[in-house]
Amino acid sequence: MKKESYQNLTRGIIQENPALVMLLGMCPTLGVTTTALNGLGMGLATLLVLILSNSAVSIVKNFIPSTIRIPCYITIIATFVTVVELLMTAYLPNLHAALGIYIPLIVVNCIILGRAEAFAAHNNLFQSLLDALGMGLGFTLALVLLGLIREMLGAGSAFGYHFIGENGYPILMFIMPPGAFLALAGLIILFNKLRRL
Amino acid sequence: MKSNSLIRLIFVMLIVACGSAAILGFVYDITKEPIKRANDAKELAAISEVIYEEFDNNPFQERTQIPLKKNKGQVTLYPARKDGKIRAVAIKTSSNKAFGGSIELIVGFFLDGTISGYKVISSKETPGLGSKVSEPKFSEQFIGIKPKRKTFKVKQDGGEIDAVTAATISSRAVIDAIQKAYDAYHKFSTRM
Amino acid sequence: MSYLMIFITAIFVNNIVLSQFLGICPFLGVSKRISTALGMGFAVMFVMTLSGLVTHLIYFNLLQPNGLTFMTTIVFILVIASLVQMVEIIMQKTAPMLYHALGIFLPLITTNCAVLGIAILSVQKNMGLMQTVCYNLANAMGFTLAIVLFSSIRERLAANPIPKALQGAPIALITAGLLSMAFMGFSGISH
Repeated sequence: MKKESYQNLTRGIIQENPALVMLLGMCPTLGVTTTALNGLGMGLATLLVLILSNSAVSIVKNFIPSTIRIPCYITIIATFVTVVELLMTAYLPNLHAALGIYIPLIVVNCIILGRAEAFAAHNNLFQSLLDALGMGLGFTLALVLLGLIREMLGAGSAFGYHFIGENGYPILMFIMPPGAFLALAGLIILFNKLRRL
Repeated sequence: MKSNSLIRLIFVMLIVACGSAAILGFVYDITKEPIKRANDAKELAAISEVIYEEFDNNPFQERTQIPLKKNKGQVTLYPARKDGKIRAVAIKTSSNKAFGGSIELIVGFFLDGTISGYKVISSKETPGLGSKVSEPKFSEQFIGIKPKRKTFKVKQDGGEIDAVTAATISSRAVIDAIQKAYDAYHKFSTRM
Repeated sequence: MSYLMIFITAIFVNNIVLSQFLGICPFLGVSKRISTALGMGFAVMFVMTLSGLVTHLIYFNLLQPNGLTFMTTIVFILVIASLVQMVEIIMQKTAPMLYHALGIFLPLITTNCAVLGIAILSVQKNMGLMQTVCYNLANAMGFTLAIVLFSSIRERLAANPIPKALQGAPIALITAGLLSMAFMGFSGISH
């Protein structure tokens, strides 16, 4: 029992990392990771929605007929995304402005519906919570790493701290769209290598 | 049996929708005030940053809309008064010619129409590239000048403003927005 | 903004996939063959234009007058999901040929963030009805162009020896990166 809980928690971080191994939620992964802080903000917002939606789905799973489960899940997820969006506009306006369109798009992030359907719909509240926490942290980890790589190479700074000085020339391409694809490719190669160790 | 299950489907869906509406309504209600305050605070901070003259009113409450000619939209003007007399103004202006769509600035003017500074309040420019238009290296060039049509352009277009390296489009957008603000200020000061 | 400019900007300059990162999942997922990529592209074109029209009407006639704009996300995703279902059912009954060609892609579109993303962006930009329809169609065409180009490259890649470390996702992402770099060349057209 204890072992199972541990597995549910850690599976999402390395072995089945949603962004780097299962390639889910690619839009925010590529779109917001121009800086490590944006990646962190997006990761945590997704984590929060994932925890809320996984718990809600696991609580109501027995009352929902299977024919309409998808529309119900989407309604639940969209509600929590809007809640997170409202809270962010109110208390973290700068972060909300930086993440822009990608916040409402958490609704269609395949990770969230995917976990609701594949895990929360068959497991109890506690296990679903652990699963959401693991998957959310794995996603956040991937976003922060990618953001950090892009920010360091592309802007010469890390978490907003400039380290190359006024006259240094960073590799601008890494904060432009093509750099997102290339940096993610590099990160996946490294991660695959790491996973096989 | 079949109609029974259809009713059940509708009933369940209805409950889910009601629950979602209740949560949303509740959160909307408690965040309404903070959201408005956060927006106001951002603009008020920007206004006091671009106006150097002392003032004792609340420019934010006395704001007026000034329409631009040729359907170019409108800008918002915030007058800064001391003892009832206008000492300086801040103008919220925008340009949709920026790289990431539109960019919004608050520009401060002295009474004679020279620029006292500007602050970017919202933009979707590329971080580390176009976003550099809000850094002093670029923005300080505008302080103390009066936009003249012939020279108020980036050097690439024959003007005298140094564009941010590799972000000419964002630099042009800032100039475009400031030009609009200046035109509006001109209109306002002749009326005054 | 003139209509021609909407098309040029959306298809080439601000390509929805390669520079705005919307709809990456189907872009990476169903791009192994040109034929499936084309099918997905047309399905997206159909749904995106239709949903742009419907969400625009709902937003400006129902949500905005009642001060309910904070519910945009939830209303739009439900409208799009039901729209996709409806299109699927109608297509199955009235145009079985078309359904046969596009049917399997339709359910996938519900979770395609490009559709929801463009619907939200076009109401945020405060466009008129005609402009919205053009904007949605143009972005969908941009999506189709990107996915078809990408799948043609991937079809050729499949026949070539690829280093083991790069097989699978990495080589696909590198290809997409190069494609995106090529599209950056268009950025001088607008502005």
